[in-house]
Amino acid sequence: MNRRRFLTLLGTAGVSTAMSAVGAKKAVAAGNQSFKGYKDSYGVLHDTTRCIGCRKCEQGCNEVNKLPAPKVKFDDLTVLEKSRRTDSNNWTVVNKYNVAGLDHPVFRKQQCNHCLEPACASACFVKAFTKNPDGSVTYDGSLCVGCRYCMVACPFNVPAFQYDEPFDPLIQKCTMCHPRIQEGKLPGCVEACPKEALTFGKREDLVRIAHDRIRSNPGRYQDHVYGEHEMGGTAWMYLAGVPFEAVGQQEMGTKSAPEYTAGALGSVPMVVGIWPVLLTGAYAISKRKEKVAAEEREEAVQAALAKARDDAAKALDTALAKAAKEKDAAVTREVKKAMEQAEQAFEEKFAALRAEGQSAENGDDGEGKEDA
Amino acid sequence: MHDANTKSGLFTPGNIITGIILAVGAVITFIRFTQGIGAVTNLSDNNPWGIWIGFDLLCGVALAAGGYVTSASCYLFGMKRYHSAVRPAITTAFLGYFFVVVALHYDLGHPLRLPYPLVYSQGTTSLLFEVGLCVATYLSVLFVEWSPAALEWLGLRKIRNVVVKLTIMLTIFGVVLSTLHQSSLGALFLIAPGKLHPLWYSSFLPVFFFISSMVAGLSMVIFEGTLAHAGLHHKMDETHLKEAEGVIFGFGKAASFVLAGYFFIKTMDIAMDNDWTYLGTGYGAWFLVEMFGFVALPSFLYALGVREKNVTLVRIASINAVLGIVLNRFNVSLIAFNWNLPAADRYFPHWMEIGVSVFIVTLIITVYRFIATRMPVLYEHPDYKDAH
Repeated sequence: MNRRRFLTLLGTAGVSTAMSAVGAKKAVAAGNQSFKGYKDSYGVLHDTTRCIGCRKCEQGCNEVNKLPAPKVKFDDLTVLEKSRRTDSNNWTVVNKYNVAGLDHPVFRKQQCNHCLEPACASACFVKAFTKNPDGSVTYDGSLCVGCRYCMVACPFNVPAFQYDEPFDPLIQKCTMCHPRIQEGKLPGCVEACPKEALTFGKREDLVRIAHDRIRSNPGRYQDHVYGEHEMGGTAWMYLAGVPFEAVGQQEMGTKSAPEYTAGALGSVPMVVGIWPVLLTGAYAISKRKEKVAAEEREEAVQAALAKARDDAAKALDTALAKAAKEKDAAVTREVKKAMEQAEQAFEEKFAALRAEGQSAENGDDGEGKEDA
Repeated sequence: MHDANTKSGLFTPGNIITGIILAVGAVITFIRFTQGIGAVTNLSDNNPWGIWIGFDLLCGVALAAGGYVTSASCYLFGMKRYHSAVRPAITTAFLGYFFVVVALHYDLGHPLRLPYPLVYSQGTTSLLFEVGLCVATYLSVLFVEWSPAALEWLGLRKIRNVVVKLTIMLTIFGVVLSTLHQSSLGALFLIAPGKLHPLWYSSFLPVFFFISSMVAGLSMVIFEGTLAHAGLHHKMDETHLKEAEGVIFGFGKAASFVLAGYFFIKTMDIAMDNDWTYLGTGYGAWFLVEMFGFVALPSFLYALGVREKNVTLVRIASINAVLGIVLNRFNVSLIAFNWNLPAADRYFPHWMEIGVSVFIVTLIITVYRFIATRMPVLYEHPDYKDAH
């Protein structure tokens, strides 16, 4: 076995292994099972009833991710008066909500929710986003084309774009501190929170903790863990004492982003398969129609021609017959005329001869008489 | 058109306006590629897509649908009397798609990575991937479909004859690819049900985009015909002129029917999603303007114009229908998109964004004129009378 053959065999083995792996995945998909997230993946529970709007999480995020220094310092709380969203330099922001009938404001932190089935990753046409087994959704800028479809797709308006960067503008968003989690550390914001409004842990545990809190503190919470099922479930989840709409969290539905597009994507092979058949059929039908029409036209022409020929022949025959008849008549007439003339001439001649003969006889007699 | 090369012919008012637009466009292009997207647009994190997507891409692709509509009706459905309309339609479609791709370079953060989804890292779960793949393939198909015009001009008979033999196959490819990407442009918004107003959001968005692209194609053939008659009448041969009226009435009739069907399925969709209550809101009024003023009205005008054999009326209907397509794409991508954001966070295009769009449209017209005055597009080449 030479080297090339060995490599070929190795390659074939690799391909078949890969194929079987793909096949296994396909089988699960065909089984109509939904993806409930990676086992033992992490998440964060944000309890808005504990949040005091101190912006320490924003500061922590800024520091661990080495983002540019902010224009307004993090201890300046006047920025809370205006509603903000995440942008390319601020991967997390805290907003203040004045809720009717409540004597204190409610604060809610905002960052990437790290969906179990992320809209951004589903929408990205170069696979720049990855849902990692630790629960985080990360982004690889070296693949990014900068189309910003992820920003259109994200139901939480999280990804931000570096519009003012002329040559290498990239998407910016929270990574759930994926590199720090890999090192066994807490995300920057969670570590910075002084009120334990943020709880980091395995997502399954967090769901249990959230429901425990609701159960053991009657009246304190809405009976809803936002993010447990929203958009197919998110790694970040929220507890609130007021309806979630009041803290700027829309009702989302429980379908994950890919479920909205699966139908359209699934119809692609059908279009590719069916259209050529139908169109070739349409072409064949129109071709056939043309052919039939041409044949019919040809037949009609032939029939018309034949008829014309027949008619012409008939007319000719009649004319000929007529002519012949006329000719016959003329001949007969001429013959008759000639015969009549001949007869007449003969009669005349005969008469003349007889008259001559008679006079001669008479002459002889006369002579004779004269002689007598 | 040789006299256009003399000095007096060059400085016509039309050419001067064209020159100014091209010059301004060049300046904006320079700013865009040296200062970044933020320097020339009003795009923001909440509004990542503006008119460069809403108009240049969505309208550009829809309005270039005349290519597949005309070639399919002539070659596949056997409507040979539209034959003289095929070349102009293929030419505008090819230019349309080509400049859609050109315009896309302005909008992309990394324009040079545009081939990435095709050759480097395929994100097959994305509808944008489907759009990209189909547009790239269809642009190639259109190029080949269009090439006989150039090959006849250049006198390359052998290659031209080979290409002409591929006509039927290319036309089928064209319809398949057009079905896919026209519908996928609508399907792009399926992933954002929370952002697009319920009157426009529908799981049938891809179907709506595909059906309305037929209207766009039919109407653009009539509309472009009007423009071409105004500017390039002398380039048209007898066949083209003789068939022109038949094209206008035939396509007008088809457009009337398709618009009526489109109106029907849009209404069905409102019923299926039970969105009736939204009709009483401001967005509802706007939706009704679109439905009655830009779907029902052109359908009616087309029908009337065809029945009365009134060319002018059909042309007016075509403009109405084309504006309706633009309105619909704007509604889906811009006006009804992000409808629940406060007014301060909404998008309105920067004048330089509009400048780039005008620049691109001007480029298309200029190149079309260049081609139509030189190559056998509006007339048959005397040496290739057989069948093109």
